[in-house]
Amino acid sequence: MTGRRPVGPAGPGPGSGEGAAFSVIGKRNRKVDGRRKVTGQSIFTDDLQPARLLHGKILRSPHAHARIRSIDTRRAAAHPGVHAVITGRDLPVAYGIIPWTRDEYPLAIDKVLYVGDGVAAVAADDERTAEAALALIEIDYQVLPAVLTVEDALAHPENQVNTFSAKGNVSKQVRLTFGDVEGGLAGAEVVVEDTWFHAGSTHAAIEPHCAVGDLGADGILTVHSSTQVPHYLHRELSRVLELPIDRIRVIQPAVGGGFGGKSEPFDLEFAVAKLSCLTGRPVKILYTREEVFAAHRGRHPMLMTYQVGARRDGMLTAVKARILIDGGAHSSFGLVTTYYSGQLLGAPYRLPAYEFDSTRVFTNKPSCGPKRGHGSVQPRFAFECALDMLAERVALDPIELRRRNVLGADTRTVNEFRVTSNGFLECLAGVERASGWKEKFRQLPFGRGVGVAGSTYISGTNYPIYPNEMPQSAVQLKVDRSGRVTVFAGVSDIGQGCDSVLAYIVAEELGVALDSIRVVTADTDLTPVDLGAYSSRITFMAGNAAIAACAGVKRRIQDAMAQAWSVPPGQVRLADGFATAPGTPSHAVPIAEAFQAAEARFGTLGGVGSYNTPKDVHGSYRGATIGASPAYSFSAHVAEVEVDDQTGQVRVKKIWVAHDCGRALNPMLVEGQMEGSAAMGFGEALFEEQPYDERGLHRGPSLLDYPLATTLDTPELESIIVESGDREGPYGAKEAGEGPLHPSIPAIANAIHDAVGVRLTRLPFLPPRVLAALETRRQAGLSWKGRR
Amino acid sequence: MKESVRFVVNGDPVEVLVEPGATLLECLRQDLGLTGSKQGCDKGDCGACTVLLDGRAVLACLVLARSVEGRRVTTVEGLAEAGRLHPLQEAFDTQGAAQCGFCTPGMLMSACALIEENDQPSRQDVREALSGNLCRCTGYTKILDAVVKAAGEVHQARAAPKGGGKP
Repeated sequence: MTGRRPVGPAGPGPGSGEGAAFSVIGKRNRKVDGRRKVTGQSIFTDDLQPARLLHGKILRSPHAHARIRSIDTRRAAAHPGVHAVITGRDLPVAYGIIPWTRDEYPLAIDKVLYVGDGVAAVAADDERTAEAALALIEIDYQVLPAVLTVEDALAHPENQVNTFSAKGNVSKQVRLTFGDVEGGLAGAEVVVEDTWFHAGSTHAAIEPHCAVGDLGADGILTVHSSTQVPHYLHRELSRVLELPIDRIRVIQPAVGGGFGGKSEPFDLEFAVAKLSCLTGRPVKILYTREEVFAAHRGRHPMLMTYQVGARRDGMLTAVKARILIDGGAHSSFGLVTTYYSGQLLGAPYRLPAYEFDSTRVFTNKPSCGPKRGHGSVQPRFAFECALDMLAERVALDPIELRRRNVLGADTRTVNEFRVTSNGFLECLAGVERASGWKEKFRQLPFGRGVGVAGSTYISGTNYPIYPNEMPQSAVQLKVDRSGRVTVFAGVSDIGQGCDSVLAYIVAEELGVALDSIRVVTADTDLTPVDLGAYSSRITFMAGNAAIAACAGVKRRIQDAMAQAWSVPPGQVRLADGFATAPGTPSHAVPIAEAFQAAEARFGTLGGVGSYNTPKDVHGSYRGATIGASPAYSFSAHVAEVEVDDQTGQVRVKKIWVAHDCGRALNPMLVEGQMEGSAAMGFGEALFEEQPYDERGLHRGPSLLDYPLATTLDTPELESIIVESGDREGPYGAKEAGEGPLHPSIPAIANAIHDAVGVRLTRLPFLPPRVLAALETRRQAGLSWKGRR
Repeated sequence: MKESVRFVVNGDPVEVLVEPGATLLECLRQDLGLTGSKQGCDKGDCGACTVLLDGRAVLACLVLARSVEGRRVTTVEGLAEAGRLHPLQEAFDTQGAAQCGFCTPGMLMSACALIEENDQPSRQDVREALSGNLCRCTGYTKILDAVVKAAGEVHQARAAPKGGGKP
């Protein structure tokens, strides 16, 4: 651990390296699974075709809300080629990703809660036979009034959607106040107030959910699943199937995108497990695209009212928010979502006083859950638009207004979260410079404009989903005499590249070539626990665990070579496939020989390392732990748009994306996260919504009707990596996977205002909404950049 | 009633018994074990199943297996030659164009069809050629970079004199 060089105000993080002279870290290395991915060799769950495989299908409710009077599966069970049929009664244990809100069953028992709710499942020789059998299942439904809007849900608590709810249709309510909010608003020289609506969105990973269950003759049930939380799936399978957890093995093959859409158990995983237990054969279920839309767990629609007070000089005095959240049928992560909708606004600005009052409501629609930027993308849209309005009111450049209110490093937020490194100012400066902001803002012709927005996000959560004191992440190493290192970790690579990140870290620490690293992940029989790919936690937590796992191995190798060379252990350097003692050219051996020397002296080499979060860095109020993270990332975007005032069409020309990821362990992967995030936010801004008809039927559950941006729609994206160097992050690294989504939407909204002078408050910004806003402005006789 | 269909896949002649309604994608994935081509929607919306049929990019989920009798199919498994990555594959890997990798096989095949026809595509040409392939991870930036880079390499290789060095 010699020669670390401070890389930012908060200092460098754990991990060795000669200053910034890393061999592997910070380089544009290939991903460890890249060559398999580009050749079609990566195995995704649906690529598994074990011998004797049966295919399952799930029968789904055509009603948004109905009581199940009876189910008759006899004809389906008797159908040729059918091996087993199950209903909700076969899996009668309620589950839920949050232990306090276990409010769903794998298959509905008494009541269906949305169109697409699973009711029964069949295992058959092939998919076509399974589908034919579903048609033979007779269900007598008593249709109930469908509760489809938040307003309806609150007005009619007697029409209860989810009977686990303690209180009508309220899923969760949180009201928290920090500081003197009323005083701050009363004393403000300017108060802006408006209401914004985020329509919600869905993940639409290109790989549909898939699972294969296989009960072996040894009584061990193996479930392969396209999950991003194998550990939580493992626990819930044990609970619901009522099997000892040590008899279950969960394996996550390559996953074709997650974005939060695969971060809790789904009906298919329980169904394949149960059907395999009944048939003694492997059973696969692959969701159709329609089923993926029904499974949902996407971004919650939120209706948000903000009051933001400030002085004439733009300094904020108080912020007050009221937020209504449409949760759909189940809680999912909703308890956390409700907190996040308020708790994650505490940075990147210093809020002297802050209050939020958030209410999540059940409706008879597919359940909402965590989507990339969980709970905070919607409020960030509203709040950053409010800041733009405020800048206009006090006649300040919106970047300058943000700069004045910066929270800073090594401090606490108004809601008492500890903030360590903070590169937000550098993010603002980066996009200001790269975009040519000063020459563009308010100076482009009518119809063209630029907008700015900022944000922050967590690098994992300090508290796990189920209370426990154990590490959040662990890594084991097998170091063998061939010079190869095998890394075992529970982490879930869903495309973000965490398997590669672990390889980079171990290669850096032990001086091994990348090709000599094998990474074995996400297999509950083989790998130590990691909590999963959510909340942008893996690089930070598993990265630190990997560094810790290397430490002892490294020391033994250094000791062995120091003895051989009669030099102090600290002078033995492991890098680029060699052990060397710098200064003595003859002291250099291939790393395999150094491993052999260490193995000869100390016995078989291996290492274990783990990481757990700081637990004392938040307030003492109820809910103070939710949103607490070991480190926060920061982002700023500038978007440039063209608005056609005849058609209402918005075209985003370019988004400049600056992100403080602490340190980029591989800039190519960080840019990939920044670009992917910005593009996903762009899609939410212009295209994506999930309309349901009056019976609760999704109007377009396909990848054609749900308008994902194509190559022709997506703007040019320019990434600017900011490295603030977090003292607790591995080599100073923080998250990059979710933060850079947030500012896209408000930056585009603010750019539309700069272009044509209208403030759009309702997502997505479809042409009719743009035209309506332009018409309102025309009728009011207002002009903008010389145009009426 | 299954019937026999004979075609050439990645250079190998094959004969497969297929259901009348079976798609080429099912045939490739389930009967031939060529699972590189992916099923993302099964209705022609996502492009993950794109393969080459007689050199043209098609969606394997919209092609009936029966209809490829006597034709030439190339899948992602047939892109590398003798274990050597195609320049597109190499560029996708080194430019960070494959994140989750699920859309990648389809992207590669669409890009391959483009480069076969035009090895000096503009960025806009690439955007148009890949507009039927959805990617949810990358924002497309690095995919476009990779295709442009690979096209340049293919163009150079084609422009280079064959058997260089001989008088």
